[in-house]
Amino acid sequence: MGRILLYTFLLLATLFFLLPVYLVILTALKEPARITLDTVWHWPNPVYWESFRVAWEAFRPKFQNSVILALSATVLSAVVGALNGYVLAKWPFRGSNLLFALMLFGMFIPYQSILIPLFQFVKAIGLYGTLWGLILVHVVYGIPIVTLIFKNYYSEIPDELVEAARIDGAGFFGIFRHVILPLSAPAFVVVAIWQFTQIWNEFLFAVTLTRPESQPITVALAQLAGGEAVKWNLPMAGAILAALPTLFVYIFLGRYFLRGLLAGSVKG
Amino acid sequence: MRDRITAFLVLLPSLVAVGIFVYGFIGQNLWVSFSDWGKNPTQALALRPELQFVGLENYRELFSGFVDVRFRQSVVNLIFFTLFFMAGTLGLGLLLAIALDRGPKGEGFFRTVFLFPMALSFVVTGTIWRWLLQPQGGVNVLPTLFGFPPFNFPWLTTRQQVLVFDWNQLPFYTALAVGLTLLYLAWQAHRGGERKRLFWSLLSSGLLLLWALTLGRNIRLLPYAEPHGFSLALVGVILAAVWQMSGYTMALYLAGLRGIPVEILEAAKVDGASEWQTYRYVIFPLLAPITLSALIVLGHIALKIFDLIFAMAGLDYAPTDVPAIYMYLLAFRGNQFAKGAAIGILLLLLVAMVVIPYLASQLRKEVRR
Repeated sequence: MGRILLYTFLLLATLFFLLPVYLVILTALKEPARITLDTVWHWPNPVYWESFRVAWEAFRPKFQNSVILALSATVLSAVVGALNGYVLAKWPFRGSNLLFALMLFGMFIPYQSILIPLFQFVKAIGLYGTLWGLILVHVVYGIPIVTLIFKNYYSEIPDELVEAARIDGAGFFGIFRHVILPLSAPAFVVVAIWQFTQIWNEFLFAVTLTRPESQPITVALAQLAGGEAVKWNLPMAGAILAALPTLFVYIFLGRYFLRGLLAGSVKG
Repeated sequence: MRDRITAFLVLLPSLVAVGIFVYGFIGQNLWVSFSDWGKNPTQALALRPELQFVGLENYRELFSGFVDVRFRQSVVNLIFFTLFFMAGTLGLGLLLAIALDRGPKGEGFFRTVFLFPMALSFVVTGTIWRWLLQPQGGVNVLPTLFGFPPFNFPWLTTRQQVLVFDWNQLPFYTALAVGLTLLYLAWQAHRGGERKRLFWSLLSSGLLLLWALTLGRNIRLLPYAEPHGFSLALVGVILAAVWQMSGYTMALYLAGLRGIPVEILEAAKVDGASEWQTYRYVIFPLLAPITLSALIVLGHIALKIFDLIFAMAGLDYAPTDVPAIYMYLLAFRGNQFAKGAAIGILLLLLVAMVVIPYLASQLRKEVRR
């Protein structure tokens, strides 16, 4: 009896989570003329792959923007985070803990509270509407979380290792390159996954700071789906395109994905 | 010594960046929110607009000005959205975790299924659910596949409201809710034998309730009654948000359940506790800290929810409006920067109210260890 109840519940929950996905795929595979509201759940007949080609044509520049944005911002913030974490964990100075705490505050603020000055600032330095402006913003607001992850990770590395290298005559960067960096792979993976998915999925900064030619895919998708009289096969195919990279990360690097999720769950 | 200087110089750019982008911008935003930016049409065209200091005027208008009735509905929407979103996500996440903890076959598959929406963006989720919640399609025609009549709840397009109350009563209800929460905390402190905490929570709760029942009832924010309520168009948005986030609470609870030592559960069994009693008196109390962290995280997400609603209903649809949407609309569509900045500051205060006590308690715990 208990088992039946358990499996019934799990089945219902699975339906709740997967039916939306099923409908997305159905709709994306239908000819636009055949998408009618009362037959939405019917299997497409014939299967129409054209939507994906059209959606890919339409979204390709935005998809490329997203790739450039997410990759470069992720790489930059991983480098910044590793250096910051190294300084805070292995070279603490008077007041460094306080500065770290002040830094962490940045990841809890709702970005609405800085959006207007940020918009003015990005405009004033001439980066409004460019991908570089958005990359800069993501790197800066990523500093708290990446610093936190690297600092926590580097705190686990014994100080004796650093001390020994110092006695051997290694300096700040020497120790980083020869002692710390070779041990850093897991932290880099967590940070890379976290930042990549966050930046890929981000919307508020993207919609505020870009022009059409520099839009990432989230903005393009929201605007396509928000338009009136839209044929739904395109937004659905677009949604699949926009979701694929992060789903890919989730499926193949799930373990690290979860770790990043639990580490940075309060980030704005 | 040279290395120490190098270390500091390496950290310096990040410190400067955070100093400007976080603290500097918050300060500037505060100043903008005290200015008249957006009132005067010439400012919109000027590259460096002349701003006048107007004090709290923008805040006053938001809470009791004639034109900003939409802001007030957005606040009410935010309250209801936050409450139902938290309840739904925690409830479903807990149920899923308990189910998976009983070791069904295919546990890995189920876990993947429940967690995958976390990898999507709110924009993708919103686009999907916007299509699912079409009044004459999607979810509503599901029953017809089994020969039943379709549902006819209009989801996002409804303008119906329930639990309607007068805006003037909001201070009263807020004080009442906070007062009762504090009373509950006092009761907890009493049972835990913490005298000092009991005293302070009892005192503040008493003062708040006293204020609410005497002066609070008679506060007039507006010269007229203005009804606001739970906008039913939000039900669909809440559903989508729960779909996206309950995998996260499931993961948290599952880790918690797996972390409970077997001996404790054995002991409960030996003492003759029924399954329900074990959950009620042993397991749920042990999960309480997880619930608290989850509440903070979910509250944080709910208070600044923007992209989901943007994708599901757009900017111009009042029934699903929240402050973050209204702020964007005012500032970036209407050039009303001062008022937009004021909403930003209000959101910051709300989030701080949630996050700072939590961080403080975490910090205290760490010190105690």
